[in-house]
Amino acid sequence: MKLNNLTIKKAMQGLKDRQYSSVELVTACLDQIRMRNQNLNAFITVCEDKALEQAKQADVLIKDGQDLPLLGIPIAAKDIFSTKGVKTTAASKVLDSYIPPYDATVISKLKNAGAVIVGKTNLDAWAHGSSGENSDFGAVKNPWNEEYVPGGSSSGSAVSVTSGMALAATGTDTGGSIRLPASFTNIVGLKPTYGRVSRYGIIAMASSLDCVGHFTKTVEDSALFLNVTAGKDSFDATTPPEIVPDYLKSLPNGINGLRIGVPKEYIEGIEPEIFNNFKSSLKILGKLGAEIINISLPNTEYGIAVYYIIQPAEVSSNLARFDGIRYGNDRASFGNEAKRRIMLGTFTLSVGYYDAYYKKAMKVRTLIIQDFENAYKKVDAIVSPVSPTVVWKIGEKVNDPLKMYLSDVLTVNCNLAGIPGLSVPSGFIQGLPVGIQFLGPKFSEELLFRIGHTFEQETRFFEKTPYEL
Amino acid sequence: MKKRLMNYKVIIGLEVHVELKTQSKMFCGCLTDYFGQKPNSHTCPVCLGLPGALPVPNQQAIEWCVQIGLALNCQIPLFAKFDRKNYFYPDLSKGYQISQYDEPFCLGGHIQIKGKKFGITRVHMEEDTGKLTHEGGSSLIDFNRSGVPLVEIVTEPDFDNAKDVKAYLQKLQQIVRYLGVSDADMEKGQMRLEPNISITLNSNSKILPKYKVEVKNINSFGFVEKAIDFEIKRQLEILEKGDTPKQETRGWDEEKNGTVSQRVKEEANDYRYFPEPDIPPIRWTAKQIEILKSQIPELPDEKLTRFEKEFSLSMYDAEILVKDDQQANYFEQAVKDASGKVTPKQIANYIINKKISIDEILPAKLIEDILTANKTEEININELRAIVQKVLQDNPKVTAEFKNGKENVIQFAIGQVMYIIKKKIDVNIVRKLILEELK
Repeated sequence: MKLNNLTIKKAMQGLKDRQYSSVELVTACLDQIRMRNQNLNAFITVCEDKALEQAKQADVLIKDGQDLPLLGIPIAAKDIFSTKGVKTTAASKVLDSYIPPYDATVISKLKNAGAVIVGKTNLDAWAHGSSGENSDFGAVKNPWNEEYVPGGSSSGSAVSVTSGMALAATGTDTGGSIRLPASFTNIVGLKPTYGRVSRYGIIAMASSLDCVGHFTKTVEDSALFLNVTAGKDSFDATTPPEIVPDYLKSLPNGINGLRIGVPKEYIEGIEPEIFNNFKSSLKILGKLGAEIINISLPNTEYGIAVYYIIQPAEVSSNLARFDGIRYGNDRASFGNEAKRRIMLGTFTLSVGYYDAYYKKAMKVRTLIIQDFENAYKKVDAIVSPVSPTVVWKIGEKVNDPLKMYLSDVLTVNCNLAGIPGLSVPSGFIQGLPVGIQFLGPKFSEELLFRIGHTFEQETRFFEKTPYEL
Repeated sequence: MKKRLMNYKVIIGLEVHVELKTQSKMFCGCLTDYFGQKPNSHTCPVCLGLPGALPVPNQQAIEWCVQIGLALNCQIPLFAKFDRKNYFYPDLSKGYQISQYDEPFCLGGHIQIKGKKFGITRVHMEEDTGKLTHEGGSSLIDFNRSGVPLVEIVTEPDFDNAKDVKAYLQKLQQIVRYLGVSDADMEKGQMRLEPNISITLNSNSKILPKYKVEVKNINSFGFVEKAIDFEIKRQLEILEKGDTPKQETRGWDEEKNGTVSQRVKEEANDYRYFPEPDIPPIRWTAKQIEILKSQIPELPDEKLTRFEKEFSLSMYDAEILVKDDQQANYFEQAVKDASGKVTPKQIANYIINKKISIDEILPAKLIEDILTANKTEEININELRAIVQKVLQDNPKVTAEFKNGKENVIQFAIGQVMYIIKKKIDVNIVRKLILEELK
């Protein structure tokens, strides 16, 4: 197996056993980037020199017997994470030459854990999008079939992991931006509980919904990664002091006797192939000892409407600082989607409309939160498909924003409720990946990893990669 | 046709901004001592509004805001939140100001000044902006002030004259200084005043006029009085012509000694307020508010009453002493140090009349000084009389002016006598002898 296709777990072991060095591991990823990025467009910036320098340092530390959780592991960061001294664009022309003077908290944590950052990945500009096409640096392509989208907005991050350009990548999930691309590229995507991981230094999209997560090849890697990134941050007032458990600990415990709910609203109107794939996943979960229970989340249908009021409102305020006075280019450089959201949000927050839109949306948001709270009285976790449709072709939805917005129909409610969601591969439809998501109560990441790991070890879809190993 | 208006009423409400003297800024760790510092030397990603930066509220500032509210007899709701006030201005780094809209920290208080009661609508917390300067065709922004904690105190439109406004502002300044939460130095911009002034032609109506004029750029109590009086006169002249003054923002112009129009408000600004998602709402317990209340020191009004009673001081003396809490504390310490050897009244007189610099003389030393000053040397009465006679002889003017009723001339004679003697003797004896000789 090529080094760049290893899981973090295996790579850590190999580094420890001196089977290869971090420089070799990082070089393998950089080679893959050099070979594939021209087609896939997954990276906006590749940090070749810096990465090799960091890898060299990691090798010294490994020789010293230092034991850091990600020492020498090549990872990629979505280009919406501030990286000190490295251009951070949010895939928008507005920031095409902006170099942050500071690291996002998550970036510092990853660096302190010994991770090597190979580059900054492409995304839908400002994280506005579900397909990866809305980038001022060009669309990202799905390595499973380059005619198809990889899903967005964390498109480049998902592609970097599935194609072996990095062993893991950071992402953000405001309405599904990690889970959707993970499911379209056969990898694992975690959207943690709101506040579980610090947002400091990540260019804000919609502050009350933004969650900082990551992509990995396996659930075990995802747990390992969260061990590094989770926790209270004195620079983010929305991170509670909730204890961070060792997320790896309960992975082997299995799911025998767990009650897993299937919300009927989540399977109404989904494509038949998706439904069939989901049914076989349920069978597997049942076989593994889980009790599958039909439940209802009655306010699900309002999710997209609520989301498309709250999210643009916050976007309109968060993008106000990009006036081109102190840094970046001026407002003329904003793309159409950002302009659309700024206008929508400005409208719904205006005097005379606030009560009818924003305030009402906040009330419905509370109902959606209550839906989940009620459900978790009956079940331990919830399972559903990630996308209501199979992955679509590049260009198919770009001229129909509403259709594009609806691709998040199964993921947004999780963001509105602030609960965690874990997207895990569930097979292939006509050679293209599909995924399912596990949702749990706030701060139940440990449980979700346990379910995901058990499912994954049984199905082993993760062993399939778009390129030969 | 100009007609003389008889039945009018002036209506004034005030918005006052007070900068808190916390060590660090409202939402980041930068220091707040920006005054006179090199531009942009007190900044970080948060107060510069860089992409990705987040605000973390300063607990101290919030507690001080609540204490200001408590000192102004406000209700403290157990639930409060921050909101975003969205507007564009180059000195506003985020494109919005973090402020409080419908659920501020303090609501519905009042302040009592010389028997009159003025309503306090609300007291809320927000952040200061950067500062723009325009030089040689270009504009410069200094973000040192960006994010400094500001408390805004809004009154009801309960004032009808400039004197009451000034008295209120002085009282407010005194209170925040007593609380130790702000130096409220107007020249340094630590206290900023914005009166809203309008005039109704129906003094019995409770309905406010359809317009109001906000006056900015006032940096002293003297100017606030002048600005209000100027506005009243200006608005009355317009009303006398049968017109309605424009709803606008005017600025005090020191050189013109009047207000000048800055911005005419066609309609109200739409700030698109919404709850600040980066800061969780604040939930207090009654106990926490109780503790904050208990930490409030004795305020000027209570101290004044106590000083009058406890030290048998006149209201006049007590008022001067409590004007500044450090002076009041100094006085109390001196009374303690005197252990009865000098009366509080004597101490008060000494501090007030000699304009004692309390930073330079310790209270104990002050008592010694008073005792020394009180000590007089003995002098032979005949010797003294001879000197008095000599002074009157050498200065015939004294006798002449005294006969013309200018009794003050005696002071001059006393001075001359004291000068010749060069001893500390009882002035009253000298005065008595001079009067005897003059008659």
